[in-house]
Amino acid sequence: MSTVTSSTEPGAMPNVAAGLSGLSRGRSVTNSVMTVVVYAAFLLALVPLAWILWTVLSRGYTLLLDQNWWLTSQRGITPRRVGGGAYHAILGTLVQAAVCALIAVPIAVFTAIYLVEYGRGKLARAVSFMVDILTGIPSIVAALFIYAVWVTTFGLQRVGFAVSLALVMLMIPVVVRSTEEMLKLVPNELREASYALGVPKWKTIARIVIPTALSGIITGVLLGLARVMGETAPLLILGPYSASINTSLVDGPMAALPTMIKDNFGQALQPATDRLWASALTLILLVLLLNGAGRVVARFSAVR
Amino acid sequence: MAQRIDVKDLNVYYGSFKAVEDVSMSIEPRTVTAFIGPSGCGKSTFLRTLNRMHEVIAGGRVEGTVALNGRDLYSKDIDPVAVRRTVGMVFQRPNPFPTMSIFDNVAAGLRLNGVKTKAVLAEAVERSLKGANLWNEVKDRLDKPGAGLSGGQQQRLCIARAIAVEPQVLLMDEPCSALDPISTLAIEDLIDEIKQQYTIVIVTHNMQQAARVSDRTAFFNLAATGKPGRLIEMGDTAKIFSNPTEKATEDYISGRFG
Repeated sequence: MSTVTSSTEPGAMPNVAAGLSGLSRGRSVTNSVMTVVVYAAFLLALVPLAWILWTVLSRGYTLLLDQNWWLTSQRGITPRRVGGGAYHAILGTLVQAAVCALIAVPIAVFTAIYLVEYGRGKLARAVSFMVDILTGIPSIVAALFIYAVWVTTFGLQRVGFAVSLALVMLMIPVVVRSTEEMLKLVPNELREASYALGVPKWKTIARIVIPTALSGIITGVLLGLARVMGETAPLLILGPYSASINTSLVDGPMAALPTMIKDNFGQALQPATDRLWASALTLILLVLLLNGAGRVVARFSAVR
Repeated sequence: MAQRIDVKDLNVYYGSFKAVEDVSMSIEPRTVTAFIGPSGCGKSTFLRTLNRMHEVIAGGRVEGTVALNGRDLYSKDIDPVAVRRTVGMVFQRPNPFPTMSIFDNVAAGLRLNGVKTKAVLAEAVERSLKGANLWNEVKDRLDKPGAGLSGGQQQRLCIARAIAVEPQVLLMDEPCSALDPISTLAIEDLIDEIKQQYTIVIVTHNMQQAARVSDRTAFFNLAATGKPGRLIEMGDTAKIFSNPTEKATEDYISGRFG
């Protein structure tokens, strides 16, 4: 190696061999400033999150400790009275989300498979564009669309199933996009290895590509589900609140946690306010639970 | 079970770009044929036309005929999936299926083609792993992930996986380029053993390797960048490396270019 004879770098210290120099003063100052800025921004972003969690937790936790909260409904309980539970609303939220997932996941996963494995040319571009549009649809517009079809056109009741349909429209684009990303991550070499064994394309997708991407797909589904569970607009339009337990998706009003929160909102009475915070906390816990499950699946079934 | 391949007037395209032009050659059964030549000369592309893997890439197509024991692989009534069962392939980078154990990797080809009997699968896995000189190293951990093996072991696993479906021809696309010299030696020994049963075609950038393992050598070259690659010369390996007919071949093997 020859010696570097000149260094034109501004701020470089003289007399150091081969162009090596210490950290210049200007750079170390910039470094310190940027470190402070980055950490400050991070803490600032954390403030509202911590605040919300603290408010909801501190005001809502007492009711959750009572087992009646998890086992009974609000049937016959006026805003003035203490008591009752959120079982009817938890049940409604879970059932509506489950039915939504049952419809949305197959459609979304097959769409993603089409886009990644088969889609070429105009049709694929059109489908991809539609998914983008669907992503941008406000939840209230999706709800109004289902209302127009379900209630106005077919003359049916506002029931749990209609809510699920509106949620399907919101969940499909989320799951399509996440599944697409996961399928794209599967190396092409694995597909080729499978083809080279004389395995048909559909079998390669079903037995090699999907299993390789499975944990990512499941994570995407759970995160999508967590997102739709908190959606309120479809409930306001399509899912009137009921204080009683209703297990039917096609008959009568079905409660859900967001509508339970709204029902208790604006009642200037302490028992109702307590229930409002408690149901908000319950909803957050459900969403957190799904998020956590998504992460656990991702960690434990991840390939390599 | 080994079969001969006759290629006649083959042109290979990516969309409108002609990658390989006018190749005719015969590949004898139970021999090792090596393809050598500079990067981009189309030898890997040509190799992939021998089991119809070329058309997996969007826009990939060919003109001309590739005949396996006299039967044209590109005739309309031939299913490309069936071709690939007959002509197996080992790739440049080891690519075991990451979700599968060592056993499942080797059994994959049979299982995905409908073989379910446990005894048949176990027998095929043992035979293939022995054939790939890997049995002794992995026989106690067949249920462990295939991706946990070393690079050289993974490549031998891929060879075992390819021979488990009992192909007639085995194509190898630079199978040692990602491996260290010890693993490379193991693969070369393996090629020498399995050529008793298979017709083997190997693409390599390593001319010593071509000289060591092959019986016949084909030299590919291209006139200039953007021009299609062509088969310049093909002959017995000893002759190609000692007394080639074409000047370009001599320049390439003596290291004057490429």
